[in-house]
Amino acid sequence: MIDKQISSCAEAVADVFDGATVMIGGFGEAGSPIELIHALIDQGARDLTVVNNNTGSGEVGLAALIKAERVSKMICSYPRTTNSTVFPVLYKSGKTKLELVPQGTLAERIRAGGAGIPAFYTPTSVGTMLSEGKEHRTIDGREYVLERGLTADFAFIKGSVADRHGNIIYNKTARNFAPIMATAGRQTIVQAAKVVDPGELDPETIVTPGIFVQGVVHVAKPAHESEQVAQGVSYP
Amino acid sequence: MSNASIGWSREEMAARVALDIPDGSYVNLGIGIPELVARYVPEEREFIYHTENGLLGMGPAPEEGGGEPELINAGKRRVTALPGAAYFHHADSFVMIRGGHLDLCVLGALQVAQNGDLANWSVGSPDAIPAVGGAMDLVAGVKAIYVVTQHVTKKGAPKLVEACTFPLTGCGIVDRIYTDLAVIDVTDEGFRLVELAPGIDEDHVRERTDAPLLSIGEGRAVTS
Repeated sequence: MIDKQISSCAEAVADVFDGATVMIGGFGEAGSPIELIHALIDQGARDLTVVNNNTGSGEVGLAALIKAERVSKMICSYPRTTNSTVFPVLYKSGKTKLELVPQGTLAERIRAGGAGIPAFYTPTSVGTMLSEGKEHRTIDGREYVLERGLTADFAFIKGSVADRHGNIIYNKTARNFAPIMATAGRQTIVQAAKVVDPGELDPETIVTPGIFVQGVVHVAKPAHESEQVAQGVSYP
Repeated sequence: MSNASIGWSREEMAARVALDIPDGSYVNLGIGIPELVARYVPEEREFIYHTENGLLGMGPAPEEGGGEPELINAGKRRVTALPGAAYFHHADSFVMIRGGHLDLCVLGALQVAQNGDLANWSVGSPDAIPAVGGAMDLVAGVKAIYVVTQHVTKKGAPKLVEACTFPLTGCGIVDRIYTDLAVIDVTDEGFRLVELAPGIDEDHVRERTDAPLLSIGEGRAVTS
């Protein structure tokens, strides 16, 4: 029987090794798998390359992972956000490197990685400093830049409902990067607020088919980053 | 500032932009003055707003203290979803942008050059943390790019220039500019006035524009 359920977040992140590349779902706080990130802080893996659109806020979730100096490199499109106070300090001190990627290129790199496509041409960033040093090619009279597909050792995402096969649906704009990160992570773990039996999710509405998911953790009442930041919570 | 009381207000600029958007358009609005455009949809027109974090059919902000943390816009502020809205993941969202499916994007600017180059994401200072978001994708893929911005900086420096000095967002992609002083097209011959704000004359605009400016109707037909 296929049962991808894992009993705790600690167990779900246990395999993460030093130097791993980790995709973390979310756009700001929407879709951020905060309990899995906190488990990763407890677990202790270092020198991580983290792929996320942002760099977290306050001192919880992704920002707390960065603050704990576990992240040697961020791959993201927008590291500057209200309440994002942790990353600037570590970036300026050189402890955390930054690979800045246009948001659509970031999404497409993840999609391509998950689809087995090693690289693709896009007009995004042509003529700007973000295309410097990259291969260019003119196709049908327009100039494009070559961008590489992106995969990861682990992907940690948040769903609203999952089943033991790993099928997932999401909540509103919390979906964002999760479905594509699920395809690009070799070990994709979803934390879901509700876990149901196979068949309970309507096959017509499943967003992420279970083939892309290796682990399902039930987190019944996930914390919301903005509430924790407003309360001044600092993890751990 | 000496000319703060003349020309169009931020709200009037946004309303002026909205007048030019055809009925049925799919539109992405940037942060700042562009966001205000959504308040001024002309009678009898329906626009569908796209936010790149995965929502078509974005509605206005909820009442103060309302809304939910997982229904937000690209500026990470809480919004609502209108009847007929759709959620989707980030790759699909940027297929809409990069695949040329959106009709119009309205963005802010640090500088616009007379050839349509746009700089709006970085002032290039070495100690600043660079952050680009979706701006480079939007200007590369959306069918029409409108810029709405104050005509000059708070220090009075022109934002409409011969060539951008800040890092570029995209090359030759701006179609039309709405400022507090005027509406200006970017043409093959450079900037051309389309309309002046009430009480503003051409010389007033020229003195604050760091590039040649064709008069209304001057030059060849619009090419964009």
